[in-house]
Amino acid sequence: MEAGQKGHAELQHFLFRAMISWTLVLVQTLNGLQFGMMLFLFAAGLTLVLGIMNLVNLAHGSLYMLGAFFAATIQHWSGSFLLGLLLALPATFTAGVVIEFLVLRTLYVRDHLDQVLATFGLILFLNELVRIVWGATPLYMAIPPAFSGSVALLPGVNYPVYRLSLILLGLAVALFLYLLVGKTKVGMLVRAGAANREMVEAIGVDIRLLFTAVFGLGAVLAALAGIMIGPILSVESGMGDGMLIIALVVIVIGGIGSIRGSFLAAIVVGLVDTMGRAFLPGLLVALMPRTIADALGPALASMLIYVVMAVVLFFRPQGLFPARSG
Amino acid sequence: MREPILATEQLTKHFGGISAIDGVSLAIENDELCALIGPNGAGKTTFVGLLTGMIRPDDGSIYFRQRKISDLPTHRRAQLGLARSFQITSIFLDMTAVDNVALAIQVHQGHSFRFWRDARADATLRKPAAAVLEQVGLAARADVTAAELSHGEHRQLEIAMAIASAPKMLLLDEPMAGMGPDESQCVLKLLHGLKGRLTIFLIEHDMDVVFALADRIFVMVRGRVIASGTPREIRANEEVRRAYLGDGGPAR
Amino acid sequence: MGALHMRKTREGLVRTVFMVALALVPPIATAAGEPFYVGLVARIMIFGIAAVGLNLILGFGGMVSFGHAAFIGLGAYAAGLAIYHGQTDGFVHLALVVAVSGLAALAIGAVCLRTSGLYFIMITLAFAQFLYFVGVGLKQYGGDDGFTFRGHSAFAAWLDLGNPVTFYYVVWGALAAVLFAVYRIVRSRFGMVLGAIRSNERRIQALGLPTFRYRLVAFVISGIICGVSGALLANLTQFVSPAYMHWTRSGELLVMVIMGGFSSVFGPVVGATLLLLLEETLSSYTEHWQLLLGPILILVVLFAKTGLMSAIEIARLPARQARHA
Repeated sequence: MEAGQKGHAELQHFLFRAMISWTLVLVQTLNGLQFGMMLFLFAAGLTLVLGIMNLVNLAHGSLYMLGAFFAATIQHWSGSFLLGLLLALPATFTAGVVIEFLVLRTLYVRDHLDQVLATFGLILFLNELVRIVWGATPLYMAIPPAFSGSVALLPGVNYPVYRLSLILLGLAVALFLYLLVGKTKVGMLVRAGAANREMVEAIGVDIRLLFTAVFGLGAVLAALAGIMIGPILSVESGMGDGMLIIALVVIVIGGIGSIRGSFLAAIVVGLVDTMGRAFLPGLLVALMPRTIADALGPALASMLIYVVMAVVLFFRPQGLFPARSG
Repeated sequence: MREPILATEQLTKHFGGISAIDGVSLAIENDELCALIGPNGAGKTTFVGLLTGMIRPDDGSIYFRQRKISDLPTHRRAQLGLARSFQITSIFLDMTAVDNVALAIQVHQGHSFRFWRDARADATLRKPAAAVLEQVGLAARADVTAAELSHGEHRQLEIAMAIASAPKMLLLDEPMAGMGPDESQCVLKLLHGLKGRLTIFLIEHDMDVVFALADRIFVMVRGRVIASGTPREIRANEEVRRAYLGDGGPAR
Repeated sequence: MGALHMRKTREGLVRTVFMVALALVPPIATAAGEPFYVGLVARIMIFGIAAVGLNLILGFGGMVSFGHAAFIGLGAYAAGLAIYHGQTDGFVHLALVVAVSGLAALAIGAVCLRTSGLYFIMITLAFAQFLYFVGVGLKQYGGDDGFTFRGHSAFAAWLDLGNPVTFYYVVWGALAAVLFAVYRIVRSRFGMVLGAIRSNERRIQALGLPTFRYRLVAFVISGIICGVSGALLANLTQFVSPAYMHWTRSGELLVMVIMGGFSSVFGPVVGATLLLLLEETLSSYTEHWQLLLGPILILVVLFAKTGLMSAIEIARLPARQARHA
């Protein structure tokens, strides 16, 4: 009994030094889920376009950025977040369609290196364009009043309503995509078009229109992610780049072309990254001299998702659910 | 009684619900020239894939030179002396014919972690390469880029690369496919020259070639070996005639 | 065979003319009273070294890495940190740079080379960006802003890398040495194998070659070359920051290789010159030069007759074949 109590006290002391408490764990888990959901929104469009049209579009992050900028601007003029959301989505959709028509159409038949370099050029162009039009200082987006404030999940544990709504939004979109791609005629056409383009054209479907529609859907999803994240992170030029890299990790882990894979991988990456950054530095401080822990902590935390990716690739070089090969 | 150089025991491979290869057990003796024939879809290509290591078996084992190789990767089997040529020509198109063969010799000689000397000036590579090209009849085309060679010459180069590493056993996957009569004659002569000097396992549709060259023939239908024996025995075999040779012979 | 020979002599001519021209820049620039160009062209040569390093695995090995700027950054940090902490022995720097960039390339390559094609592009991008964030996290060394220092790699008492013209010729010498080394490698047995892996990996495996280790060694050599260029960059700018490793810099490196021609050893040097001179001219017109660079890049890609990757694959086919491909 005595030893047990002593062990318990030591654990408490350790957790205290590592700054871990159960409240914090719960909150960070939810944060991780929220981040994961937004990642999923972003990655879903990317993996759809890649899996179905075999197009790697690095400028996907630019659509995310444009969505955020459009919404922030409209919110600034009108004072309404909702208006910003409702107008920014079609605006980004249009921008996406224009980009697809002008640049991306010619890339569908090209190999991946061409696509990477061309869309890289697009990123440079769009980042600079945004800087010219909106300036280099980040824009501010306010959380809509209806969603501000916190809700008590448990006694003493408050969590922001807005972040909760993001989690719910992500789940809703996941359900929507599952139904759309798996259960509707349109979804079936899209999957058929990916497998055999000529066949689908032969039965009278305009494959170009189909591809544009898929691309547009991806653009809207990316914009949605950007708009919803806007109030939490900063809206600035180049904001899509960091998200893109993490989304690539998600897609690699989940498997190219697989929405199910990116959903799962997004949750894993979101949780690992958020919880790692929250708790690893503290854990290290409890385990080793402060100076080393301070230097090592943040570095190791940012390394975690890449370690996960490396481990997954070691056992499955094609990701968890490869929908298409290579 | 000498041990066979290649033996399979109950080798099995399923694809989905279909048994592509169903419990195949056969043995090939040293320096024999054996042929595997069968209708399209019989599983011959799958069998080659299993032997070379590109496909892993679901059941059964493969022994090469008395070693169990079922779990070895392709390059290890090649190092042990099992060389193959590809049905669809698979050579280094952007390199010359002699470069292609020299590469095969280079890989056989050991590791290639040499960074200084010009490989094209290395006589230990170039001379044997030229000799092999001579052997297959491509000596005059040594310095031509592989992409510029004719289809038949590609085949000769394929075989050249396979024999360049002085293998113990040569697996030839439809070496006659798509060749005109002159080119076929050339390859036939080449194979005749090689016969008896090393073990050859030939997968082929061209019946004239098979009956002219083979010491023994295996007949594969739907993933099973339904008959094996000398060319005369096979020609006389009722079951084989029905299943495969039939009236008018197999489709060319 | 005649066409190949002609192309090789043309290549040799371009190479010689270029190197001679580069050697003449300092005297001409000083005489014209424009010493600025000595620094600019030194920078061009430094990136030329890195581009040649990248092309070893890209043009000759067929591996498209979108993360090679990470090795430049690692080399810069290795040299920069050493000088910052008072260690100015150039040979120590060299050893450090080779060790750091080599080990990093070994670790990163061991994971990334298990994939190929698109996965490889994306995973190299991810790893490089990870290193960028590690750099940003080094708060004691300026984090995002990086850090400056005073001092250079000292190899001999008479070799003052602080003198711009001396430094220029040291870089020129390094470029010549790297070019020579890569020429030998490409023609050696190792180079043959690398080219065969690029040309038809399945075939060379069937011949008995375990391809992974050769691709890894090539990756490490290429990483070390980039690391060395990073150390030179640190010496030139007296400044090190995570920006050296940002993925857009990896993209620029790729562009240099593509623009200059990936089928030759010297091509990337030409590409580095083209891109950096373009950036220099554009930025003198407007601070928004990336607005122009983006579309230029898109146009270059769109109007390359065949896809760039397939062009890499058929790079060594004679022109007649290439047109039919």
